[in-house]
Amino acid sequence: MRTIAIIGNGISGVTAARNIRKKSADRILIISEETPHFFSRTALMYVYMGHMKFEHTKPYEDNFWRKNNLELINDRVNEVDFDSRTLRMKSSANLSYDALILATGSSPNKFGWPGQDLPGVQGLYSFQDLQTLEENTHGPLVKASERTVKTAVIVGGGLIGVELAEMLLTRNIKIIFLVREDRFWGNVLPKEEGEFVARHMVDHHIDLRLNSEMESIEADSSGKACAVITKDGERIECEIVGLTAGVSPNIKFLKDTKLETARGILVNAFLETNIPNVYAIGDCAQFHVAPEGRRPIEQVWYTGRMMGETVASTITNKRTEYRPGNWFNSAKFFDIEYQTYGMVSARLEEGMEDFYWEDSTGTKCIKIVFEKETRKFIGINAFGIRMRHERFDFWLNKKCTVDHVLTHLPDANFDPEFSKSCESAILVEFNAQFNTDLVPKKKSWKRIFSKTNHE
Amino acid sequence: MKQIKFIGLAILLGGVGVFSSALFIPSFELSEVGYEEAFEGYNDDNRSRYMAFSEAILSQTEGKTYPSVFAFSADVRGALAKRNEVLKGEEKWDEVIWDKPHEFASLLAVPAAKGPINESTGLFLFLTFGLAIIGGVMFILPDVILQGKPGIKNDHIFHHPATNRGWIGWVVFAWLVSFYVLLYFFPDYVIGWSMITDPVSMLLKNAPGGRWFLYGTLYCTVMTVMAIRMFVKYRGNRYQIFRTSSVLFFQICFAFLIPEIMTRFGAPGVDLKEIWPLDYDFFFDWNLRSKLEYGTLGIFLLVWGLLLIVVGVPVMVYFFGKRWYCSWVCGCGGLAETLGDPYRQLSDKSIKSWKIERYLIHGVLVFAVFMTGMTLFTYFSGVTEIASISTNDIQGTYKFMIGSVFAGVIGTGFYPAMGSRVWCRFGCPLAAYLGFVQRFKSRFRITTNGGQCISCGNCSTYCEMGIDVRWYAQRGQNIVRSSCVGCGICSAVCPRGVLNLENGPEEDRINENPILIGKEGIQLSLNVTSQKG
Repeated sequence: MRTIAIIGNGISGVTAARNIRKKSADRILIISEETPHFFSRTALMYVYMGHMKFEHTKPYEDNFWRKNNLELINDRVNEVDFDSRTLRMKSSANLSYDALILATGSSPNKFGWPGQDLPGVQGLYSFQDLQTLEENTHGPLVKASERTVKTAVIVGGGLIGVELAEMLLTRNIKIIFLVREDRFWGNVLPKEEGEFVARHMVDHHIDLRLNSEMESIEADSSGKACAVITKDGERIECEIVGLTAGVSPNIKFLKDTKLETARGILVNAFLETNIPNVYAIGDCAQFHVAPEGRRPIEQVWYTGRMMGETVASTITNKRTEYRPGNWFNSAKFFDIEYQTYGMVSARLEEGMEDFYWEDSTGTKCIKIVFEKETRKFIGINAFGIRMRHERFDFWLNKKCTVDHVLTHLPDANFDPEFSKSCESAILVEFNAQFNTDLVPKKKSWKRIFSKTNHE
Repeated sequence: MKQIKFIGLAILLGGVGVFSSALFIPSFELSEVGYEEAFEGYNDDNRSRYMAFSEAILSQTEGKTYPSVFAFSADVRGALAKRNEVLKGEEKWDEVIWDKPHEFASLLAVPAAKGPINESTGLFLFLTFGLAIIGGVMFILPDVILQGKPGIKNDHIFHHPATNRGWIGWVVFAWLVSFYVLLYFFPDYVIGWSMITDPVSMLLKNAPGGRWFLYGTLYCTVMTVMAIRMFVKYRGNRYQIFRTSSVLFFQICFAFLIPEIMTRFGAPGVDLKEIWPLDYDFFFDWNLRSKLEYGTLGIFLLVWGLLLIVVGVPVMVYFFGKRWYCSWVCGCGGLAETLGDPYRQLSDKSIKSWKIERYLIHGVLVFAVFMTGMTLFTYFSGVTEIASISTNDIQGTYKFMIGSVFAGVIGTGFYPAMGSRVWCRFGCPLAAYLGFVQRFKSRFRITTNGGQCISCGNCSTYCEMGIDVRWYAQRGQNIVRSSCVGCGICSAVCPRGVLNLENGPEEDRINENPILIGKEGIQLSLNVTSQKG
């Protein structure tokens, strides 16, 4: 019986542990200082907003771990001795292992801004960050006259920034949102979609400032953050500063060891590091050569899960390559849901053409990218319209044309029953823009369920 | 806007306050004429039996003006018991009044009641129902502006004492439980309430309606006001709007208006959407008799009820899932989906509660079938006892334990403690029957959308039936559960568009070993090994 140690009890580490347990009787240790039990990090915002209690964010009941003989160790690994295969712990006895899975996740980026470590300045990633935010802001149902925190400045226009803004708004805190780029989430979203989201944020009374960068953070006489100074020299008074300019692999304690690292822990296609029997998965892993159509570091929920499954297969069964398939992702910006399938780049690539449609209310839009020459469908961004993942995955694998995708769009609609459909409006717009005369097909369960061919 | 809400809340509470205190408002004075009036509609045999008690009762109450129903009822019940004792001592069994004492007292309380509610009924209707409706609407409507763009705002639900088992929740709990206990078991005590709605009943069917008319009116009023809340809260979601409209329509027309109007024309007042075994007395002797005696319409009602059980349930559940009934038609479901919506998150999601649920709900179904079996046996054979268990006792036990305590007191009273579907989840025998069909032969499922789930838990938290929706969603499995009432809220609150209620081909409906999209690489290699092994 081997001892398999997993550092990190997030989605990657826990998925690895569960899948190893399905196939083997090895001793499995899951080590984390953050919380005793696995919880859904993406749901922390809902706890703050009062949509859920913290218990609700735990995908498994607390007795699940003992029932499946998974040992939870609520402690921090200070140091890994790769030669003797030993973990030096912060407060408990050292642990030895036969195989080690590093699933240490991320930590918020800080770019050396003066004042970035002041009280009142924080990121939003961990359970502790949530607790800090509770301490930094007033309670959820306090009267207007008792509110001490009036304004927050959020720095960095990405998903966590929007989440933080949405959270703070529920406590009646005014939000000033500094975004370095000329549009929202500029490194991911094309211009139209960036502007679309920005409009929606402004509708929610967010003071969105594009092309605006933070220079430093000022402290008041008590040493707490009290203002942000921008590169333009503007001084914005505030009580809270949210640093949400992305995250980086959380690997500080592994630097200067035998382990080969760059921004993250370097792994091959099998999630193996340079040290035998040591693997890295999830946010902290960085591929030497990224899988096709993928980036070397991908900090999303489902890639963590897939890497956990893959490494479990390697450890218990057969050396297995990580093959994530077509890119997809989703998010929610206040009231508007976003889904993407395939690749829609922030800037249109050479040889590609794109098509944008927005409804008259400004609450729904799609962007489709396809190859100019072959008309091959490359990717879609959908806002305010839910799409059927399985359909788009199928169309991408089959290398279908944009024309095929658009005429069969009703097959992919995943909106709740009785929702107003937009497919014909989309097609009318497409026909007008590209001089085609495509006719929509009716939704067909037969096509939706067919696994092999589509007609 | 916030001020309008605040004033609305104050008016609403004022209405509820007047309504609650209406129990204490009437005074009681029983005259000989009043005593006779109470039994006017009875057939000769019954009337003379009751009239024989008049001296015993009136001598006790004569010349007294009771300030409250409690004292009046106590005297009446005392006199009734005394007289019954005497008759029992003389073994004059036929002359004993076997009515429950509080029922008997309630018969006399109606003509004996005096006071402002009788004198100015319009005013009291306004001060109770009127104020509550106005206040409720004033409390709800400003949210259209306050909440901004359409989109479900569940902010602070777990911070607020009303929706997170805080002190407000427990006050509401105590009020609801008391209301149901009084309504079901102390009909004499609630005379003050039924006096408020009797003038409406006079308009509708030309007769005083008593407590059940009061309950029907209150039920429809509460559902209507809370349906407005649903329309505001879920205004971006047409499934929720349609579903709420449907359930409100069926309550007001089918459960309330049609039966009341039918009784006005002397026909049996039947709720055409009630289905056995939820409608547990469908096969009771008196029910069958009254229908058979009523001729063509009666026969139609009987056949209609049977068709619903045998054809309606399986066919409709096959095509649409049990939601067609539980969250589109049913009255209990209707109240849960309107009044209960603020409490839906309080249902227990643990595996243990799922276990309890299965024992309880199927236990009630077995009980209902057993009770109905005995009823029919007695009906056809005339034998009233099997192995010294009397059909009458079994019916009474079911009516008390399941019909009143479980469905009423616990079913609705426990909303603020255990969520909105306590009865539907743990007790309703019809839900159990619909659930069997849904689980084993139906086109309905909640589809899980590929690999988009982030395990956030919104779906499970807001499932009123306590289904751990996330458990399925995060492994890419469709949700096919007998208890799912198809309210659609899991889909509505999902931030990633993962869940959708669909009626589709049965093939692959239950994908027990789902492959999460993107996982093909692993699946492939596993298959290779399993072939070897």
